[in-house]
Amino acid sequence: MSIFTSGYQARLDRRRFFERSLSTVAGFGILFWLGINFVKSPSQFFQASLIGLSNGVLYALIALGYTLVYGIIELINFAHGDLFMLSAVFSANFITVWFHKDSSGPAAWGVFLMCLLTVMIFAATINVGIERFAYRRLRRAPKLAPLITAVGVSFVLQFIGLRWNGSGPKTWNSVLPAGSFHIASVSIPFTTILSFAITAPLLLLMSWIVTRTRQGKAMRATAQDQDAARLMGINVDRTISFTFALGGALAGAAGLLFQQTRGLTSYNLGYQLGLIAFTSAVMGGIGNLQGAVLGALLIGLVQGLNDGLPIGLGQQWSQTVVFSILILLMAFRPTGLLGKAVTEKV
Amino acid sequence: MTMNILKRKAKKQKQSASHKKWTIGFLIAAVVIWIFYTYIMGNLPDGPQTVFQNWLPPTTVNEAMVWVICALGLNIVVGYAGLLDLGFVAFWAIGGYSAGWFMSTFFQQANFHFLSPKDVAKQPGIHLTFWVVLGLGGLICAMFGIIIGAPTLRLKSDYLALVTLGFGEIIPQFFTNGENIGGFNLSNGTKGISPVDNISIGPRILGPFDFSWKFAIFVFLTAVMVFISLRLRKGRLGRAWLAIREDELAASMMGVPLMSTKLAAYAVGAFSGGVGGVAFATHVNGVFADRFNFSISIILLAMVVLGGMGNVWGVMVGALLVAWINSTGLPAFGDLVNTTFNTNINFPSYNFLLFGGVLILMMLFKREGMIPESRLKAILHEADDTTSNVGGAH
Repeated sequence: MSIFTSGYQARLDRRRFFERSLSTVAGFGILFWLGINFVKSPSQFFQASLIGLSNGVLYALIALGYTLVYGIIELINFAHGDLFMLSAVFSANFITVWFHKDSSGPAAWGVFLMCLLTVMIFAATINVGIERFAYRRLRRAPKLAPLITAVGVSFVLQFIGLRWNGSGPKTWNSVLPAGSFHIASVSIPFTTILSFAITAPLLLLMSWIVTRTRQGKAMRATAQDQDAARLMGINVDRTISFTFALGGALAGAAGLLFQQTRGLTSYNLGYQLGLIAFTSAVMGGIGNLQGAVLGALLIGLVQGLNDGLPIGLGQQWSQTVVFSILILLMAFRPTGLLGKAVTEKV
Repeated sequence: MTMNILKRKAKKQKQSASHKKWTIGFLIAAVVIWIFYTYIMGNLPDGPQTVFQNWLPPTTVNEAMVWVICALGLNIVVGYAGLLDLGFVAFWAIGGYSAGWFMSTFFQQANFHFLSPKDVAKQPGIHLTFWVVLGLGGLICAMFGIIIGAPTLRLKSDYLALVTLGFGEIIPQFFTNGENIGGFNLSNGTKGISPVDNISIGPRILGPFDFSWKFAIFVFLTAVMVFISLRLRKGRLGRAWLAIREDELAASMMGVPLMSTKLAAYAVGAFSGGVGGVAFATHVNGVFADRFNFSISIILLAMVVLGGMGNVWGVMVGALLVAWINSTGLPAFGDLVNTTFNTNINFPSYNFLLFGGVLILMMLFKREGMIPESRLKAILHEADDTTSNVGGAH
C-alpha cells in the first residue's frame, strides 16, 4: 500500500471510529432519558408513545408521497404537504358541509368511507395535474428549476386553501366514534385504532402495487434509468403520472384521517406537516418505501415522547428536535436508516 | 486566433461598460431618491404627498434596501455557487439578534460602551456603535454559515437544501423559546428586544424616524455589497464558484478545492445576511422572533430567481420589485382598483397566487430571470436542445 492511500485510510478509520463512538454515546443518552421517564411514570410513557405512533401513521402516509416522487424523478415535491392540506379541507367540506354529517352513526360512517374514496381520487387528480402542467416540462432542466416550481405550486395550493378554508383555523366535528378504552390507566381512543385500521391496508395495497404488479415494475424500472426503461417499451410519462397519482391518493387519505381525528383544518397546515413528513422520508432513506414508514413512525414516536414525557424538552421545542435529528442524520448518515449508499451517476 | 482574442476583449469591455452603466444608474437613482425624501417630499402639496405616502413611503424604500442586501448575499450562494439555500432567514435572524444583544439595554447585568451614541451613555447593557455591530453580526453569521456548512456541504444539492431548511426552522424557534435557556434569558422570547440604539455618525444621532439618512446608510451598505459581489465574481474565488455551479466534478478535476470554495460562498452569503439583519433591526427599532419565518427565505429566493440568478443588478431589481409589491405596491394597487371600479377585492390576499404563479411561469418560460446573466442563461437552456427525444408533448 502506498503512503498516499494509507494516510487516507487512517483518516477514514479515525472518522468512522469517531462517528461510531458518538452514536454509541448518543444512543446510551437516549436510553437513559427513556429509562428515567419510564421509571418515573410508566403510564405517561405509554400514553406519549401511543400519541406519537398515531401521529407517525399520518406522517407515513404523507412521507410515502415524497419518497415515491423523489424515487422516480429526484424532485423534492414541496407542494405535497399542501396537497395534504387541501385534502383535509376537502374532506371537512365533503362530510360536514355537503352531506351534513357532524355526529357519529352508521350513515355517517358510510359517508366517511365514501369520502375516503373521493378524497383519494381528488388528491390523485390534482397531483397528476400538477405533474402534467408544471413538472413534466422541466424534467431535463437543472435541478433548481423544478424545485422552485414546486415551491410555486405550493404557494398556489396554499392560496386555494386560503380561499376555501378562510385565513384562520376551523374546527369540525368528527363522525368517527368518540371515546376510548383503557388498558391499565393508558387510554386508547377509538380514533387511533381506526386510523391504524385504515392505514395498514392502504400501505399493504401500495406495497403490493409497487412490488407485485406490472405497473409497479415499470415504476421501479423508470426510477433506475429512464432512458433504458423507455427503450424497453415502458411509457415513462404514464408511469410517472401513475406515481404521482399513488402519492396523491395516500396524501388524500392522510388529509381525511387528520381532519377526522384532530377536527381541525387550516390553510398553512401542509407546510409544517409536510416538512416533518419529508424528514421522515429522509430518515428512512429517501426512495425507500419501508424506510419512509419506519422513519415516519420513529419521528412520530420521538415527537410524541418529547412532547408528552414528564422529563423532556416539551412541545415548544418539538420542531427543533425533529430538525436537529434531520441535520445530524444528513451530516453522518445521508443515506438514511435503510437506504443503500449510491454513488452519484456522472 | 487573434480574432478570437480581439472578440473576447471586446466582450470584456462591453461587460465592464454595462457594469459601469448600471453603477452610474444606481448612484443617480440613490441620490435622486435621497434628495426627494429629504428636501422635496415634505414640501409637496397634500395631494401628491398622500400619493407618495400610499405608493412609496420612505419606510418601504428603506425596508426594500434591507431586502436587497440579503438578496445579494443569497445570490452569492445560489446564483454564483449554485447551492440551494432554503433557510436564509436564519442568518437574518442571527444578524437581528446581534443588534439586539450588542446595541440595547437587554443585558442589564453588563455595562459596556464602545463609541455608543451619547443618549445611551448612562444606560446599562452592551452598547457598541452601529458600525461595529454590523461587522460583528456579519461575522457571527459567517461563523454559523461555516458551522452548518462544514458537515453538510459534501451532500447532494437536494439534501443541502433540506439541511438549510431545517436550520432556518431551528434558529427562529430557538429565539422564540429563548427566554429560558437553562435559566438564562437569551432572546426575551416572543416579546423581542426593543428598542435598539440609534445609529450615530460621529456626534450626530439618527432617530428612529430619520428615514432619509438611514436610506443613505442602507444605500451605502448595498453599494458595499454590490462592490464585494462584483469583485469576488471577477477574482479567483468567483471563477471557482462559477466552475462549481456549472460542473462540480469538472471543477474538482481542475483543482478547485470543493469544500473550502463552497464554504467561502456560504460564509460570504451569511455575512451579508447578518449585515442585512442588523440593518433591519435598526430599521424597525427592535428584533421580534415571530417575524422570522420560512416565507422570508422563500421570498428572498424568489427575488434572486426572478431578478436573474448570478447577475447582481438583476437581483437588485428583482428584490426592489418584490419587496415593493409585498409591502405597499399590491395594497395600493388594490385600493386604486377598488375605488376606480367600485369593487371590493382584497388584493393582498392574492399574494400567494401572485408569487406562486410568477415562480411557476418564470421557471417554465424564462428560467434565467428578468435581467439574466449570459452564462447562466446558456446553461439553463442547454437541456432544451435534447428534450426533443424525451417522451410527451412539449
